[in-house]
Amino acid sequence: MSYTEATVQLLSPQGSLVESAATEEYLPFIAELDESRLLDFHRQMVVIRRFDIEAGNLQRQGQLALWIPSLGQEAAQVGSGYAARPQDHIFPAYREHVVGRIRGLDVMKIIELLRGLSHGGWNPAETGNFHLFTLVIGSQALHATGYAMGQRFDGVVGTGDPEVDQATLVYFGDGATSQGDVNEALVFAASYQTPQLFFLQNNHWAISVPVERQSRTPLYLRAAGFGVPSTQIDGNDVLASYAVSRKNLDAARAGEGPRFIEALTYRMGAHTTSDDPTKYREDEDVAYWSERDPISRYERYLRAKGVGEEFFRDVATEAEDLASDIRRRTLELGDPPASNMFRSVYTDAHPLIAEQAAWFAAYEAGFEEATS
Amino acid sequence: MTERMMPMAKAINEGLRAALRNDPKVLLMGEDIGTLGGVFRVTEGLKAEFGENRVLDTPLAESGIVGTAIGLAMRGYRPVCEIQFDGFIYPGFDQITSQLAKLTYRHEGTQSFPVVIRVPYGGHIGAVEHHQESPEAYFAHTAGLRVVSPAAPNDGYWMIQQAIASNDPVLFFEPKSRYWQKGEVADDGVPAPLHQSRVVRTGTQVTLVGHGAMVSQLLQAAEVAAGEGTSVEVIDLRSLSPIDYAPILASVQKTGRLVVAQEAPGNVSVGSEIAATVAERAFYSLEAPVLRVSGFDTPFPPAKLEGVYLPDVDRILEAVDRALAY
Repeated sequence: MSYTEATVQLLSPQGSLVESAATEEYLPFIAELDESRLLDFHRQMVVIRRFDIEAGNLQRQGQLALWIPSLGQEAAQVGSGYAARPQDHIFPAYREHVVGRIRGLDVMKIIELLRGLSHGGWNPAETGNFHLFTLVIGSQALHATGYAMGQRFDGVVGTGDPEVDQATLVYFGDGATSQGDVNEALVFAASYQTPQLFFLQNNHWAISVPVERQSRTPLYLRAAGFGVPSTQIDGNDVLASYAVSRKNLDAARAGEGPRFIEALTYRMGAHTTSDDPTKYREDEDVAYWSERDPISRYERYLRAKGVGEEFFRDVATEAEDLASDIRRRTLELGDPPASNMFRSVYTDAHPLIAEQAAWFAAYEAGFEEATS
Repeated sequence: MTERMMPMAKAINEGLRAALRNDPKVLLMGEDIGTLGGVFRVTEGLKAEFGENRVLDTPLAESGIVGTAIGLAMRGYRPVCEIQFDGFIYPGFDQITSQLAKLTYRHEGTQSFPVVIRVPYGGHIGAVEHHQESPEAYFAHTAGLRVVSPAAPNDGYWMIQQAIASNDPVLFFEPKSRYWQKGEVADDGVPAPLHQSRVVRTGTQVTLVGHGAMVSQLLQAAEVAAGEGTSVEVIDLRSLSPIDYAPILASVQKTGRLVVAQEAPGNVSVGSEIAATVAERAFYSLEAPVLRVSGFDTPFPPAKLEGVYLPDVDRILEAVDRALAY
């Protein structure tokens, strides 16, 4: 599945704006952006790609148990991530590292997760309402829908006050569209007319299974069956990702109900560092999507707008700085104390956990006595 | 103290009404619970009183009900989900065990998930497949969940309110065969703590432990045994996770004999856990092995066979006799 007649693209792979009847409703969202935000798009894409490479290297060097690359999907994530307002809530799958970064998450938390130090552990109230990664495919779609039901019950939808109205943005992939939870989330979202944007990154692969095995119909068309308006976009076009997400999040906040975006992109790397894509896909597919790379196309656009070399040099430096910072901090990480295991199993006191924690502390203390 | 006679279905209904009145963040969700009042009428009248945003007739999807309840809890709500029948909980099993149970841990304690899942459970109603099961062990086995089951109307009234007030997820198993038996509800009393087991009949020779609908069978068995000259103590477990062992151990230290009864299949069950724990902690008090009386390790049979599947007074007394024979 690749671009169709319906695919919204604002920036051609050659880096020029697409001005047509199909794009005219979206281009004003780009026109109103100030230059610093346009530069942020590039900065975030470049920096997260460098971070991604560094994290992959750290995994190969035994520092991480696993890495989940986002290579190739930067535009889909950066554009939609910037389209959300500060009061919106974002439910990621597990590959949206840059969206977390945009919302204020220290991406070391992701490193810690994949080193085996935590199951996530960040507090969404401190990370710009960027919720935790969920590793069971599609589960988060229901959490997002429930959250958005709560936003509606709380009356923070459709008030007309841009500081009050909220929406929920949920990420998932093409594989997740086969899961019951994603389908149930669409049913509930339609039933309760939630202020919600379903953002599907169709990266064409659910580990080794191609999207053609998940669906015989373009995935954005499925949304119509749930009564949810949908749009297919070029997910490697950061401007399309931003503008179409903006429009749909605005509609959701205004009380017009849930929306659905299918962003066509490509997982340029492996599913995770445990995967070997050479076993199941062809080089020419990768080459096709390489020519549609999100960063090089956007760089051409910025250069044509007159953005100078100094900016690109600064971004490259920032990316290198982050990579070396992440490496240094990773190498400094210690192991958590064993007592952490017993924390936060429950919120209220629980006798079984207390008993086992006390037993384990005494057991450990026994070794100390024996060796002292 | 005012006491009123009412059946357990009504007592839980009143408990839910009190919770809805006391906390605007409490909301009910489930299949057919609004306009119809639930297939067992436990939520009768609540939608009319509190509106469709507090009592939600949801689409027919158990994972959807639990998964959206999780999201609502993240938003600060205290959702109370109804799973229509015990055997329909499995489509929601993943959201309950992989998400609801683990989310406080995943958040390292910065978020709580005060979600109650009400489950009418158990046999004795002559229903079709998937409508008479006792799946509580799956949830008692899962870290992060609390599991309770009232046996009488007063506990139905209070325990549902305590479950809703808990900051942790609670599986609330309602013995559906007991929905219509009346009992006293002390609605201005001081309730026992949610996770406390309780001696409901004192005796000296054998201890019987059970939960939910089994408690009334145990009390009947104790009455018959008394007629035969055997003094039996009966403990209503009330909480299956955590289990309050103190009254059980104290009782076994007195009687030296323990029979655990449950409708659920015996293999890897709550009764098995109690038997193992009592063997570990009260070994020198025991005069006989701990015996289990359970449903058989078959699927729940067609209704015409439920009378032979479910432990009854005779099977409980047979175990009492065996325990006394040591």
